[in-house]
Amino acid sequence: MAQAEHLSPWQTLQRRTKHGDSLFWLVTLFFALLVIALVFAVGYVTWAGSSEARARFGISFLFQTGWDPNAQNFGALPAIYGTVVSSGIALLLAGPLGVLIGIFLAELCPMRLRSSLSFLIELLAAIPSVIYGMWGIFVFVPFFRSAVASPIAKSIGKSVPLFSGPVATGRGVLVAGIILAIMMLPTIAAITRDVIAVVPNHQREAILALGATRWEMIRKAVLPYAQAGIIGGLMLGLGRALGETMAALMVIGSIKDKISSSLFGGGITAASLVASELPNANNSLHEATLILIALVLFGITLVVNALARLLVWRTSRGPVGNIRA
Amino acid sequence: MITQAPNYSRRKWADRFMRGLTVGATTLALIPLFLILGYVVLRGASALNLAFFTQAYEPPVVGAGGAIGNAGGVLHGIVGSLLIVGLALLMALPIGILAAIFLAEYPANSVATAVRFCTDVLSAAPSIIVGVVAYVLIVQRTHQFSALAGSVALTVLIIPVIVRTTEEMLKLVPSTMREAAIALGAPKWWVTLTVVIPTALSGIITGVLLAFARATGETAPLLLTVLGNNNVSFKLLEPMAALPLLTYKYTDTPFPAQNTLAWGSALVLTILVLSVNILVRWATRNRMK
Repeated sequence: MAQAEHLSPWQTLQRRTKHGDSLFWLVTLFFALLVIALVFAVGYVTWAGSSEARARFGISFLFQTGWDPNAQNFGALPAIYGTVVSSGIALLLAGPLGVLIGIFLAELCPMRLRSSLSFLIELLAAIPSVIYGMWGIFVFVPFFRSAVASPIAKSIGKSVPLFSGPVATGRGVLVAGIILAIMMLPTIAAITRDVIAVVPNHQREAILALGATRWEMIRKAVLPYAQAGIIGGLMLGLGRALGETMAALMVIGSIKDKISSSLFGGGITAASLVASELPNANNSLHEATLILIALVLFGITLVVNALARLLVWRTSRGPVGNIRA
Repeated sequence: MITQAPNYSRRKWADRFMRGLTVGATTLALIPLFLILGYVVLRGASALNLAFFTQAYEPPVVGAGGAIGNAGGVLHGIVGSLLIVGLALLMALPIGILAAIFLAEYPANSVATAVRFCTDVLSAAPSIIVGVVAYVLIVQRTHQFSALAGSVALTVLIIPVIVRTTEEMLKLVPSTMREAAIALGAPKWWVTLTVVIPTALSGIITGVLLAFARATGETAPLLLTVLGNNNVSFKLLEPMAALPLLTYKYTDTPFPAQNTLAWGSALVLTILVLSVNILVRWATRNRMK
């Protein structure tokens, strides 16, 4: 008995690790902490890497136009405008569609088709973004230019500056928004479907028993219950569009120094600006500026995604598994 | 006697209209899917020949009448993608699986919650940001674009995929199996490694396959790290080609022969992504029910 109290620290350690359990726990803990450290590393590296630009411009460069790396003249406003407008267009297009698809998959779709249709919609999320960009350049942009953009610019565009010409290559903010909409559809649809699936059945049964039609049931009993989660899904989709790089880079037209008043005009997004210029940045201020833009983008997507997760978690009372966002 | 409510017909039509709208939305979403797959298959198929798989970059030759001749193949891209993604998997597997063991095998605690939150943050972070981090940490320090930097970026991008799927699969292993092994006197770590992991192995492999597909299609971080290379290269500390980079590069060129290579590379990427997704769906079909 007395002996047990006189164990040396080494003996205590030996006894504790005798079966290897503590050691194994420590190893797994280390790798778990490594995952947390990665997130901090991303924040820290972009913060430290952008110090030169932050010292030089402060926050003001986010609100300036003009982009000339050789003259060390940097304004991120066109990139921010392009990001916000193309993602906004994408959300306007994909939001209602995605929610309707989620409703169809969860409530109305025949059982036999449900899983195959879900799978097909989710395949849209699996296609690499560079393929969206390529398809956009070869197929969608030429079609859109001749069938939609040119006629609109020649008619409505004469009086509405938002749709005015010239429609040069066809690449522009609106086209980017449409491609981004296709890419974020599966995220919105899958999350809407999943949060609707956790709405308790007694909600549905109660309102059906009162004589409601299927749609009234969905609108008055299901959607209010799933509302927060659906908004979370929309925000996750938005997060994906804000950070999307390749597809946006390829179809938006890469106009970096000014904001076009027309949606058919070219633009640039924050992510695609970084992707196109960082590999051949010609001075350290140029590099630091691009890293600062990446940092701002990281911060924005972090906030959007954290809020979205919170909403989805609250609705489904726990982490939603297997949703590829 | 049953009487109809006065507004019944309006409500009935609203119901039909909205239900029709949901069907319409779903159909509308499938159109781009089939258009993209259709174009990639049709245009890509004509690019697939022996030269496509056995040659690297060839400078476009202007022949008689301005026609552009041979454009070579994408062997350098295939080799590069395999090396870069393979190295990324080698680095991500131990980290991801051990972190997932921590999440699934030890009682819920605040560290686990933080790890889950961080995997969500990582999986939602734009891939370009991870590329920027690899650029700053490796490319800037070594003054050299390298395949290694690309692998590091892809590692960070696929860790969340591996952690999440492995955790789900480990949690599906019945606790009675763990209890039986522990009752026989095995320490917990031995139970985890020899009972739990082998039981969940098929599920873990599906996660690894998904990670492989995700990493192979990633383009933006590679643009900042591996840059590209016109030759077949096996040097991990030098610029390397990759299939998605070739798709990007050969899309915006005036040479139709290179455009065809872009479609071909896209087809290879698509076949890979599709087959992995279909395989995973087939392998997990019983668990979904």
